[in-house]
Amino acid sequence: MAEPASVAAESLAGSRARAARTVLGQVVLPGEELLLPEQEDAEGPGGAVERPLSLNARACSRVRVVCGPGLRRCGDRLLVTKCGRLRHKEPGSGSGGGVYWVDSQQKRYVPVKGDHVIGIVTAKSGDIFKVDVGGSEPASLSYLSFEGATKRNRPNVQVGDLIYGQFVVANKDMEPEMVCIDSCGRANGMGVIGQDGLLFKVTLGLIRKLLAPDCEIIQEVGKLYPLEIVFGMNGRIWVKAKTIQQTLILANILEACEHMTSDQRKQIFSRLAES
Amino acid sequence: MKETPLSNCERRFLLRAIEEKKRLDGRQTYDYRNIRISFGTDYGCCIVELGKTRVLGQVSCELVSPKLNRATEGILFFNLELSQMAAPAFEPGRQSDLLVKLNRLMERCLRNSKCIDTESLCVVAGEKVWQIRVDLHLLNHDGNIIDAASIAAIVALCHFRRPDVSVQGDEVTLYTPEERDPVPLSIHHMPICVSFAFFQQGTYLLVDPNEREERVMDGLLVIAMNKHREICTIQSSGGIMLLKDQVLRCSKIAGVKVAEITELILKALENDQKVRKEGGKFGFAESIANQRITAFKMEKAPIDTSDVEEKAEEIIAEAEPPSEVVSTPVLWTPGTAQIGEGVENSWGDLEDSEKEDDEGGGDQAIILDGIKMDTGVEVSDIGSQVYSSNSE
Repeated sequence: MAEPASVAAESLAGSRARAARTVLGQVVLPGEELLLPEQEDAEGPGGAVERPLSLNARACSRVRVVCGPGLRRCGDRLLVTKCGRLRHKEPGSGSGGGVYWVDSQQKRYVPVKGDHVIGIVTAKSGDIFKVDVGGSEPASLSYLSFEGATKRNRPNVQVGDLIYGQFVVANKDMEPEMVCIDSCGRANGMGVIGQDGLLFKVTLGLIRKLLAPDCEIIQEVGKLYPLEIVFGMNGRIWVKAKTIQQTLILANILEACEHMTSDQRKQIFSRLAES
Repeated sequence: MKETPLSNCERRFLLRAIEEKKRLDGRQTYDYRNIRISFGTDYGCCIVELGKTRVLGQVSCELVSPKLNRATEGILFFNLELSQMAAPAFEPGRQSDLLVKLNRLMERCLRNSKCIDTESLCVVAGEKVWQIRVDLHLLNHDGNIIDAASIAAIVALCHFRRPDVSVQGDEVTLYTPEERDPVPLSIHHMPICVSFAFFQQGTYLLVDPNEREERVMDGLLVIAMNKHREICTIQSSGGIMLLKDQVLRCSKIAGVKVAEITELILKALENDQKVRKEGGKFGFAESIANQRITAFKMEKAPIDTSDVEEKAEEIIAEAEPPSEVVSTPVLWTPGTAQIGEGVENSWGDLEDSEKEDDEGGGDQAIILDGIKMDTGVEVSDIGSQVYSSNSE
């Protein structure tokens, strides 16, 4: 009885690892292991096949594959940690096997260094502001991290204001820190966001879609009427248009964009453009 | 986790929108969100969705000895719980104030109104009575918990069937569901809570506030009524002063709303009854539509887009024809080119941005000058580059 069980276990373990190439665009679940291209040749028919050693440089076919969000390196395979669709991007030029990542849906944000986010000021204590960014801890923002701020010239920030800034420190061991200037000392669009307008929350996937280069949605929205938008990578969007009605329409369009196919979207935009 | 704070700009926007009679999801002031009622496989189990707010209700019964001072009446027990999955701010120990308030309101609405005939729950006087227990769990918080919870409670009670009991002299026989069909509870009327949110010290009123609107409201008035227009409970919280005619107006609105909701409930109960009798499939699994894991669905929001036309025409009529947007680079002087139109920074100043449309041509000249000066300064700072661009 033990033998068939062990054989079954082996075949189960063997069938668990699939080639990443065959799974592109399909839904993968956490715990799955994926094989990279050059590994599948080795593990192809029959398990442990010995590859003959050859002395020319061409045999060294190790390519550098970048492991994106949702994937983790596990030995020499990729381990899936989030459920979603597997994607791959070919390398633009030069070496490298490209990037693999998992496109997943998420609403809860985890601070990442370099991300531009919209935060809400919750407290002013001494020299720093505590800013809520939607993560597990409020980020700290020093009053000197604004353009043109000095010890005498403090920025005009009140509790409850919206701040657009980027993270300089964001890891799981420390509280995140953000600043509103870039490395040259210029604001570059960051700082306190103006008084009116509407802030609303969407999923992180939608933000990434809207911020992709050549996003059609943004171009079409821009043709409707003059507006201002700020996207925060933590799922928050701030919009402002001339009237409350237009702002509400914008907010609802952006929220609904996630659930519409491009045909439905074009329909809605053409209807709005006529009126 | 702490609750996400409400920013100043959201508060200001919501209050301004309410003054203009506009709500975030396009509803009118007296409109309810979509109510969906679905039943589980057991009797007495239901889920009520009021927009995105979701409450699960479950009724169960047990034979116990009655209270000493009420020997011939059954016992009713209500319990509302705020699940941690409803909102990030709900933690096991933290939501006591809100929880106590909601539980108290549920009890007053359902127990004190005597909607259930407790005398009929008596089996043997002084010894055995039925204890009916209603458990409500909040699964998702998007505002107006009390309305959703009261609907869930009354639907679950109407849907519930208790085991049949027969008393012969001293012998009490409790029949299992297989021996005899379970018996429904005897319910006199269906009290339903309707919430009214007040803003700006009672000037503006909204029915069925959602989560954002609840954050900025000044006070809340809850009226529990049944379809015979009898008021079961009234509660006003938030400390605002309400005028007599405001309260009367709210009660009239509540009467209309309760009639609609009661009709919806009766229809849902009837449908479920029909499906069970015909032997069709019922239960939560049937009420969840089959969806692919990679597809999303959303309900249409009734946003009013007609206004945009009037406003847009107004603006166009008042303004001069705007200058053409230049999309090819225009060379002003060697080394300084401009692509497109410059826009001044409108983050700080609101009033100036209103003038831009009217003064199409005039404003532009000023902006151009501004840009020219800026680029002039930059070019001179980056010394050697001036020569390289000049030579092109």
